[in-house]
Amino acid sequence: MDKEVLRELRAISGAAYVLDSEMERYAYSYDSTPLYRAMPDVVIQPAEVKEIAAILKVASRHRIPIVSRGSGTNLSGGTVPLEGGIVLHMSRMHQLKEIDTDNLTATFESGLITADLHREVEAVGLFYPPDPGSLRVSTMGGNVAECAGGMRGLKYGVTKDYVMGIQAVLPDGSIVSFGGKNAKDVAGYDITRLLVGSEGTLAVITEITAKLLPLPETKRTIIAFYREMVDAAKAVSAMIAARIIPASLEFLDQKTMKVVEAYTPLGLPLDMAAMLLIQQDGPASQVEQDVERILSLCKTSGAVQVDVAKDDEEGEKLMSARRNALSALARVKPTTILEDATVPRSRLAQMVTEINRIADHYGVDICTFGHAGDGNLHPTCLTDERDTEEIERVEQAFAEIFHAAIRLGGTVTGEHGVGIAKAKYLDLKIGEAGMELMKRVKAAFDPHGIMNPGKMFAKDARRRVVIQTHEHVHGN
Amino acid sequence: MNTSMETKQIDPFLSIEREKKSASHAVTFDLDELMNCMRCGFCLPSCPTYRETGKEMFSPRGRIALMKGMATGNTSLLSDEFAQNMYMCLGCRACETACPAGVHYGRLVEGARDVIEAHKRKEAAASDQPLTLTRKERIIRDIVYKKLFLYPKRIDRMGKGLWWMQALGLQTFADRTGLMHILPKPLANMQKAVPKVASPRRRKARQPLVTSKRGVSRGRVGFFTGCVMDVLFFETNEKTARVLSKVGYDVVFVKEQACCGALHAHSGESYGAIALAKQNIEAFERANVDFIVNNAGGCGASLREYAHWLQDDPNYGERAKAFVAKVRDISEFLAPIDDLPFQGTLDATVTFQDSCHLRHGQGIYRQPRALLERIPGITLVELPHADSCCGSAGIYNITNFDRSMRILDDKMIEVKATKASYIVTANPGCLVQMRQGVVRAGLQGQVEAVHIIDLLDRVL
Ligand SMILES: Cc1cc2nc3c(=O)[nH]c(=O)nc-3n(C[C@H](O)[C@H](O)[C@H](O)COP(=O)(O)OP(=O)(O)OC[C@H]3O[C@@H](n4cnc5c(N)ncnc54)[C@H](O)[C@@H]3O)c2cc1C
Ligand code: SF4
Ligand code: SF4
Repeated sequence: MDKEVLRELRAISGAAYVLDSEMERYAYSYDSTPLYRAMPDVVIQPAEVKEIAAILKVASRHRIPIVSRGSGTNLSGGTVPLEGGIVLHMSRMHQLKEIDTDNLTATFESGLITADLHREVEAVGLFYPPDPGSLRVSTMGGNVAECAGGMRGLKYGVTKDYVMGIQAVLPDGSIVSFGGKNAKDVAGYDITRLLVGSEGTLAVITEITAKLLPLPETKRTIIAFYREMVDAAKAVSAMIAARIIPASLEFLDQKTMKVVEAYTPLGLPLDMAAMLLIQQDGPASQVEQDVERILSLCKTSGAVQVDVAKDDEEGEKLMSARRNALSALARVKPTTILEDATVPRSRLAQMVTEINRIADHYGVDICTFGHAGDGNLHPTCLTDERDTEEIERVEQAFAEIFHAAIRLGGTVTGEHGVGIAKAKYLDLKIGEAGMELMKRVKAAFDPHGIMNPGKMFAKDARRRVVIQTHEHVHGN
Repeated sequence: MNTSMETKQIDPFLSIEREKKSASHAVTFDLDELMNCMRCGFCLPSCPTYRETGKEMFSPRGRIALMKGMATGNTSLLSDEFAQNMYMCLGCRACETACPAGVHYGRLVEGARDVIEAHKRKEAAASDQPLTLTRKERIIRDIVYKKLFLYPKRIDRMGKGLWWMQALGLQTFADRTGLMHILPKPLANMQKAVPKVASPRRRKARQPLVTSKRGVSRGRVGFFTGCVMDVLFFETNEKTARVLSKVGYDVVFVKEQACCGALHAHSGESYGAIALAKQNIEAFERANVDFIVNNAGGCGASLREYAHWLQDDPNYGERAKAFVAKVRDISEFLAPIDDLPFQGTLDATVTFQDSCHLRHGQGIYRQPRALLERIPGITLVELPHADSCCGSAGIYNITNFDRSMRILDDKMIEVKATKASYIVTANPGCLVQMRQGVVRAGLQGQVEAVHIIDLLDRVL
């Protein structure tokens, strides 16, 4: 990077927070997404919104790419600086500014860790429901920029259902605010919602106001085992048809159960094809009622075994089967590729069958688990990135899985975002006219194309050479 | 110090290993283990250096990525900056506990330090330039790894020296006259926290075998005394043997045991660690014991690594496994015993600071708490962030003094808030550090830092 520009950046943020040694840049060349890596030119850790505005002015003037980064836990390559440029690491902007107990809102800087928000609001009897598996690490800015989901999505929705207001910096350095504490607000286009899930391609999110709920009184956990995936899917449909919406409705297939059991023995019956984990929360009497009905629905839909956790501790232990799924899978092989195909929940069984067929066809190892209630599946491939021939087959298998999801009325990503990983599948979902509109929206925000270039829109991606030849690049 | 001097130096049981190493330069990264990291970042919030700096390269994921980069051919990453980073890591292994993928980070960072040290030796040999260590670092490393810890006798002599110094009041003298200002600051500070060393006479009077005080012996315990522990905490070791005998075991102070090798392994001196491991395996084999009990989390974690260090050794591989199967931490050993013969009570509030190498290295944290709670009269208050490193971390409080003290001072604020009158530890390094913390926080007289055995000995 140009010496003069670096000097300017140091003057804005202070030398201690402008990192440009090889080691420092290398540490920001990746995120949680397997296989992708590219070097930034410089990393900056800004302390406040004004700094970001000043940095973006410099970047705009010199057409330097800007990649916003929370904790780098996304699974779509969202923070890999494909075209180099500046990585803005938000770790210093983590202040929780206010919990408004009258309006039930929280306002905070975007670098706040999700779990810290949970802890603070729960301490005053309030509740911020979105709970991505990565919540102890991920930032709220990253959650908003990816519209993160989680295990409570079925009943409580996902991040977009809780974002009421956003302050952001546009590429030209102007600071804008949309939405706020008003429960109702139709003043103009809903830019707040547009920025949710924008993956750093439109603006840098600096402050967020989120909606809070009262903390539910109790929760109960149920576990059900099935010999046929179809029966498990039937149970899901039966519950919804009976107008019961559990807080969580998760599932694991047989392969995943085996791996989880090997990692932490929970006594899962491994001859079963699938298990459902169901958690309901709310007022005690309501929860009791729901639990009874869920139990009987599970049985009538063909569950071979159904158990209710006797207390919260046991419930947590059962839920850990689901929470540990990815971790356990990750231990099996060097490279774990977690995908995110999603279908309407009525198509769940069909989709799982398709995934298994495709995995067999390409001779790759895929375990599936996910949010059954949302139809959000995580087919997870266990492989080794050093085996380029196998990786090739993995690519083909996933391409076919995404096509299958679309055929079944689904989408290519339920919660992990497009980033680089899904960019070439996006048009499958939204079509050509849709792509055109999205590009025009992008251009309106970012005329010089400096905001997280190479993400979301594959065709325009001028791919920077990924610095290591052995690290395989999607789409190459 | 340059390499030509180094290779000439005659070293009783290390020369063979040393030559092998320098001949092949075969010190490399363990790529398979590096590949196990899936970059999920779950370790980030548990890492003290990431929490303090907020910078990815000072996180476990960052360090692993850098190692992996190097291991796969990005050799230009091997720089002074990288070396500093690897030594800035506390080696506390909190990241291992947090890691869902089961990455053995401790081994990886030891491997990285080996690579760094091998590289320094190689560079020095090639250029005939002095090694790129700071003078202070060089002096400390040289004393610690080459001159002292490989030789049990020397440690013993150091013990005597310390006793004389204390006996003659030199420490107070040094304190009062300001001699302390001349010593390097970390050493001067440590000095204040060092306990009273046992007299040479007392040390000589040790019984090599302490028999069961409970009638029939329940088994034969070989006691791993630890080298530093046995000098600085001689009395704690005596108490450990006493407690074991009261519980019903015969205790042998195994002769010819050596340092566990932890300091070497953590500092890129693995050749030394392996030699020490072999010596210990032999010594405990000869002693013919049922268990190998230790009271130092750091040593214990390292003893349990012997099977890994020696896995490819045709001669020692199996013997190392048998050795490891007998290793127990004292809390781990005592906690399952139902009929601990408590005699007295302790009416006090205590709090417990985990030893990183006990908790994150050996997964032992319930046992010491359970033991404390069984002491009649005691109230155990959980210390917030007890599982987070106190900053002692081997010789980190000497090599990274300022950062170590920042971590310690934060810890003491939490200790104070528990209103405990004892801060209980399970490792000598932590104990020295906590004593230093008590002094720094001005809590003398209010809070006493002790080893868990100190308390158990009072009530058993
Ligand atoms: C083990 C594991 C489990 C996971 N489980 C889930 C899950 O259950 N549900 C789920 O939805 N996701 C999950 N994820 C994915 C990931 O954690 C989420 O996408 C999370 O929201 C990312 O947060 P982050 O702070 O790490 O963001 P990053 O990865 O740093 O960034 C993500 C994207 O947001 C952009 N961004 C970040 N901060 C800002 C900002 N301030 N302004 C503008 N753009 C910004 C980045 O440019 C990037 O495009 C999981 C990931 C892992 C590794
Ligand atoms: S050992 Fe401790 S300091 Fe080192 S990376 Fe792991 S958590 Fe961080
Ligand atoms: S938690 Fe484990 S797998 Fe995840 S980034 Fe850290 S070391 Fe790697």
